[in-house]
Amino acid sequence: MAIGLAHYLTVAAVLFTIGIFGIFLNRKNVIVILMSIELMLLAVNINFVAFSVQLADLVGQVFALLVLTVAAGEAAIGLAILVVYFRNRGSIAVEDINLMKG
Amino acid sequence: MTLATLFFYLFSAVMLASAVMVISSRNPVHSVLFLILAFFNAAGLFILLGAEFLAMILVVVYVGAVAVLFLFVVMMLDIDFAELRQGMLNYLPVGATIGLILMVELVLVVAGWSISPDLLKTVTSPAPSVTDMTNTEALGRILYTKYIYYFQAAGLILLVSMIGAIVLTLRHKPNVKRQNVSDQVARGPATAIEIRDVKPGQGI
Repeated sequence: MAIGLAHYLTVAAVLFTIGIFGIFLNRKNVIVILMSIELMLLAVNINFVAFSVQLADLVGQVFALLVLTVAAGEAAIGLAILVVYFRNRGSIAVEDINLMKG
Repeated sequence: MTLATLFFYLFSAVMLASAVMVISSRNPVHSVLFLILAFFNAAGLFILLGAEFLAMILVVVYVGAVAVLFLFVVMMLDIDFAELRQGMLNYLPVGATIGLILMVELVLVVAGWSISPDLLKTVTSPAPSVTDMTNTEALGRILYTKYIYYFQAAGLILLVSMIGAIVLTLRHKPNVKRQNVSDQVARGPATAIEIRDVKPGQGI
């Protein structure tokens, strides 16, 4: 059985679901939530590359490159905010983070 | 079963298993290490697809930069992770329900469509054949010409996030001596030297 587009899409769908599940499972731990977001972005990238190869169109790979850039920036900013928050509060529990609540 | 099929199942099985370990691991350091494993296997999948450049970039950017950043933060912050894990099982049913629904939907979508032949006529940047040029060369040819503004925008995003991270984490401690360049440059003989006429046998 040859490996086609559907195989890659299924793997990406399962990976995306694991990412969503990780956010729900680790509601208190921001670091694992950020890692789950990275997993979801990876699943999206797999979809982009699979479609790009299937349609013989390179735009999908260019866009996957941009997704990679934004994911790296998001991780850097998110972890910086996390470090500053920990420095000020001494905890990173998600339910304590309500400073911006009106 | 060909070798490519075998490797597809190997890479995807290891990737999905390590993704499960990322979200369920007891120790966040192990989570980060499993994240690295997942990214390596995703890079293997990209190579199987024929996107070598993205596979290498994935290893460089994610394993080399993002995962190391995560590892730094996990090890630097002194956090009681056991406390954070309490009540984790409370969220298991709702998370499992939503995850299951989402997965069923996604798999139904994957199974229920096919690519229209008209779509193949609208391809904007057709990939050259592998015998003509490598994936990296083909990607570079369109990335630096047709998509140069997107490339510049990506660079701008990285610059902004770099400056943002530095500004956020920079801390001025009150009792640490810092270099003041303008003071140093403005210093001249008039302010630096004082001539005293010392009388013999008296000192200052």
